[in-house]
Amino acid sequence: MDQATRDLPTGAWPSGLTRIPYWIYRDAEVARDEQTRVFEGPGWHFLCLEIDVPNVGDYRTTMIGAMPVVVSRAEDGAIVAFENRCAHRGALICLDDAGSGKDFQCVYHAWRYDLRGNLTSVAFRRGVNGQGGMPDDFRMEAHGPRKLRTTVLCGLVFGTLVADGPDLEAYIGSEVLVRLHRVLHKKLEVIGRFTQQLPCNWKLYMENVRDTYHASLLHTFFTTFRITRLSQGGGVMVSENGVAHASTTLAAPKGPDDSYAGMRSDNQGFQLRDPSFMNAVAEFNDNINLQILSIFPGFILQQIHNALAVRQIVPRGVDSMDLHWTYLGFADDTPELRAMRLKQSNLAGPAGFVSMEDGAVGGFVQRGIAAADGEAAVVEMGGATAEGAETRATEASVRGFWKAWRAQMGV
Amino acid sequence: MLMAVAELNGACAAALDSGRLEDWPGFFLDQCLYKVTTADNFEKAYQAGLIYADSRAMLQDRIAALREANIYERQRYRHILNLPLITGDADGTVTAETSFMVVRTMRDGQMMVFAAGVYRDRVQQDAAGAWRYAERIVVCDSQRIDTLLAIPL
Repeated sequence: MDQATRDLPTGAWPSGLTRIPYWIYRDAEVARDEQTRVFEGPGWHFLCLEIDVPNVGDYRTTMIGAMPVVVSRAEDGAIVAFENRCAHRGALICLDDAGSGKDFQCVYHAWRYDLRGNLTSVAFRRGVNGQGGMPDDFRMEAHGPRKLRTTVLCGLVFGTLVADGPDLEAYIGSEVLVRLHRVLHKKLEVIGRFTQQLPCNWKLYMENVRDTYHASLLHTFFTTFRITRLSQGGGVMVSENGVAHASTTLAAPKGPDDSYAGMRSDNQGFQLRDPSFMNAVAEFNDNINLQILSIFPGFILQQIHNALAVRQIVPRGVDSMDLHWTYLGFADDTPELRAMRLKQSNLAGPAGFVSMEDGAVGGFVQRGIAAADGEAAVVEMGGATAEGAETRATEASVRGFWKAWRAQMGV
Repeated sequence: MLMAVAELNGACAAALDSGRLEDWPGFFLDQCLYKVTTADNFEKAYQAGLIYADSRAMLQDRIAALREANIYERQRYRHILNLPLITGDADGTVTAETSFMVVRTMRDGQMMVFAAGVYRDRVQQDAAGAWRYAERIVVCDSQRIDTLLAIPL
């Protein structure tokens, strides 16, 4: 074997952000470290929507990496979250996706918790007929599931296990925060929920989301109908810490565009029989057709014309992940605008004209790198830094992902 | 009615399973609704679908996109259909519920139960007297889709 081409032994990390060693997507130890350092680390994690728990006693279950979490609305109206794990034997406390109640009770041995996850009663604590029961020195307040620090931003509930980390707005950074407020500026309504199981490491999907370079090349539908072409205006912004990104595409210019001449995705002959679903309503008072925003590690906000959605990444082992889609409208949508959202929901999601490929392409990488632990991906488009750009012909935002990942992983 | 709906269901599934995707929109009326959703979404009356088309032209566009634009690995479906349960028959509209199961076979031979659920159909006769779908709501039992949904269900 030619050692010159094998200069990335498993476990080593090259300097800079332009080479990504492939073992990072395949290594079980990396996945374990990600759980403790990233998902249970100082970052913020999307949990659910504020409207998912509108009333006191409402709860919703979710995940932070491998950790099951309960989000609930406490008596004082606060949204709180705690690990979905009974302090006794570790069973799930909540078994359903969502519901409502006065408190929580583990089904296994009937230990009870209040809406904040505090242990409030232990069945047969004093025993039966003077026998059995817990020791006298058992203190309920010393036992309970881990509690999260939560915050609500733009109708989104985020949580973190680290009590003294940065606040969410500082974590995202002011520039991307503006982009979040741009879309999520009034009361939301859920119009659909779907889960897509992807055959790849979770990082490959998040890189794909932040990869502004691929969209118009992989997704022919995008390019042919000028939903996005790199020759359209727009750009990408990346927060200083690499945690957040937002990419935008402006409305298409008039006139012919030959910048994709000869590429597979340049398919000028393809015409829609029913173009009505591309009659988007300009609902954000600007000329941004499309905005994709992400917050490390697992949150994505999508605006593709009038198709709005949040996506949550949940890893399921080194080579599998779930992508939870929540399709959104606003509570005050006109019937016409809602009808347009429903039609444009065809653009995204597991069957989306412009995004179904994203479900598969991570798997193509995962299979392609199966024997390439000593090799590395090349992420050099647009230079070596993770700074924003006025073009999308760059991989700056992907490098930003690795900047955030390396900081939290300590490598 | 049972035979008319069963025949329509069988012909529609055969078109998809044999790769004659261009024939599939022809089983729908010009003005129609085709939606793929899940039991959870259906019970909560969420409006959005994984696929949502309110005209036959949109179904034709989806097939054109699958042929011309979208990238997905070679695969085929095998629909296993139950007999329809006729739930209504009035004013020229028949409503029916038909359980289905779809096995997906990938190019490398990997097979899986890709979807199971129920078709909730409204069927009418077109100008030529042929029974066609005015509405087909595909309600999948699972909310989880493996990798991607390319070929319609």
